[in-house]
Amino acid sequence: MSAETVVSEDPPVDNETGSSRSARKPTKGRMMVGQAADSPWMITVFLAVLFLLGWHLATLRGAFDGTGLTEEQLQMMEFNGDIVRAPDGTYLWNPEKEKVKGIPGPLAVMEKAREELSDAFVIKGTNDHGIGYLVFYTVSRFGAGFLAASAVAVVLGVFLGLNKVLFKAVNPFIQILKPISPLAWMPLLLYTVKDPKWTAILVVFMAALWPTLATTAFGVNSLRKDYLHVAAILQLSWPKRLFKVILPGAAPTIVNGLRISFGSALVAVVPAEMLLGELGVGYLSWIEWNNLDISGVIFAILVVGCVGVILDSGFNKLAGLVTYQE
Amino acid sequence: MPYLQIDHASKSFPSHTGEGQVCIFNDVTIKIEQGEFVTVIGHSGCGKSTLLNIIAGLDTASEGGVILEGKEVVGPGLDRMVVFQNFSLMPWMTVFENIALAVRSAYPDWSQTQVADHVNKYIALVGLKGAETKRPTALSGGMKQRVGLARAFSIEPKVLLLDEPFAQIDALTRGVIQEELIQMWNASRNTVFMVTHDVDEAILLSDRILLMTNGPSARVGEIVEVSIPRPRSRESIIEHPHYYKIRNHVIHFLVRHAAHVGRGSGESGAGRSGDAPVLVRFS
Repeated sequence: MSAETVVSEDPPVDNETGSSRSARKPTKGRMMVGQAADSPWMITVFLAVLFLLGWHLATLRGAFDGTGLTEEQLQMMEFNGDIVRAPDGTYLWNPEKEKVKGIPGPLAVMEKAREELSDAFVIKGTNDHGIGYLVFYTVSRFGAGFLAASAVAVVLGVFLGLNKVLFKAVNPFIQILKPISPLAWMPLLLYTVKDPKWTAILVVFMAALWPTLATTAFGVNSLRKDYLHVAAILQLSWPKRLFKVILPGAAPTIVNGLRISFGSALVAVVPAEMLLGELGVGYLSWIEWNNLDISGVIFAILVVGCVGVILDSGFNKLAGLVTYQE
Repeated sequence: MPYLQIDHASKSFPSHTGEGQVCIFNDVTIKIEQGEFVTVIGHSGCGKSTLLNIIAGLDTASEGGVILEGKEVVGPGLDRMVVFQNFSLMPWMTVFENIALAVRSAYPDWSQTQVADHVNKYIALVGLKGAETKRPTALSGGMKQRVGLARAFSIEPKVLLLDEPFAQIDALTRGVIQEELIQMWNASRNTVFMVTHDVDEAILLSDRILLMTNGPSARVGEIVEVSIPRPRSRESIIEHPHYYKIRNHVIHFLVRHAAHVGRGSGESGAGRSGDAPVLVRFS
């Protein structure tokens, strides 16, 4: 608006620039809107900056100000570990105690992240493996449980989906077992297999099994009759019918089930590690809590998020290969 | 012995109240000669699609059956290929793969190149050259049904069953594909059993039109012979003196008589006794 006012106030000295400016203006405006709609990364960045800034300001603590306190009070605070005396004789907040006072700011978390990432592949002790190792442990634990569950669930699901009577007979069991939190199985699993390593994988397995099983059976069962009719007319052999018609036809539904399983397995792996004390990113969060290192806890949470995003994008790539549009 | 015979076929479903049966059609007998193009027209619910599915072997008659070349039809088979109203192409396969699936099943001992040549021949026949690698989603309704026709003709079935094949295609495209169908059929001369709602389509394509009375307990009320010589085209057929006579007769039947004749009362017209369909021929 202001630019237009300027143009109208000034006498049109240079006709060419004036006209070209007014002609270009609307296109430019439209392009900006279009860009924002297509890829609103600027809004994302803005929100991130806003959040970090808010976080920083909310967790900011002023420097220690000793004015108005008697020498005795100061000595008592120092004795309690609230403050420390700097070499120049002034008092500062005790940096060690700061760590567990309130929520650490973004700078503290970034410092912690830098520290952890710089020795990502260093093993310092039995329970102190670098973050790179922890991510690897979690991903492989998740992968083993999820893949095993998916294989079992798809095979069983196809079998049940093809046999309507059996599906109806077995469905009540699936419906009862499906809503049970996979963690509820953990004591029983631990008691049975007597090995936390396998228990953690089995918890992931239990989390990933039911959604895929139920949706696969449903997808195969409700496959459009037309496809089966074509297969029947063409007298396709059973293996051909299964691999050329039934599985590809039910693939989008099966992938949806796998996606739900994927999510619930990812949710289950973190508490499984915490409760079983198996090294991984979920365990990292817990051990940092035991260390009273809140920056470490926040860092661990962020790592869990990043691992989820990476696994999820990998899954979506795979899913894109087998789905089709009706 | 006719080539294809639907022999005293009846179809009943359990009624939705749970008591007794609802009879869709009752004691239908249709005799079709080899190479004949027969169309069934009737109102929705008269069971004409069910009848087609029974011939295809996808459904079974409650009573009676279907005889093809002197043998009773049991279950679906490659000798009776259906062209579906909703195309029924596998959406995860390309045009080529959809047809190749059929060709490989019909000719299991053919080599890859033989299959490919055969598929490409039929793709060219329906004018879909260049669309071989497209998936059905990327095709218009007309193109999808061209693939459906190519798939059906490619396995060279004894009987071609067309289940309202052009119902989901816009009127302009429909005309074009009907002529393509005529050309392909002229070359192959399969026996065709078609179900449709479209009177013009029936006259253009068929040798005989079977008019079904309304359900429940529908039956074939009249058989109209299309006494217009082939080759026919959409343009020329309307010039023929019999065209409007047949068209008016069929529409007249569907509007006026279909609801009454079915009761077996025989009240309309002399010689209409009980169940035997009336033969209608214009000359």
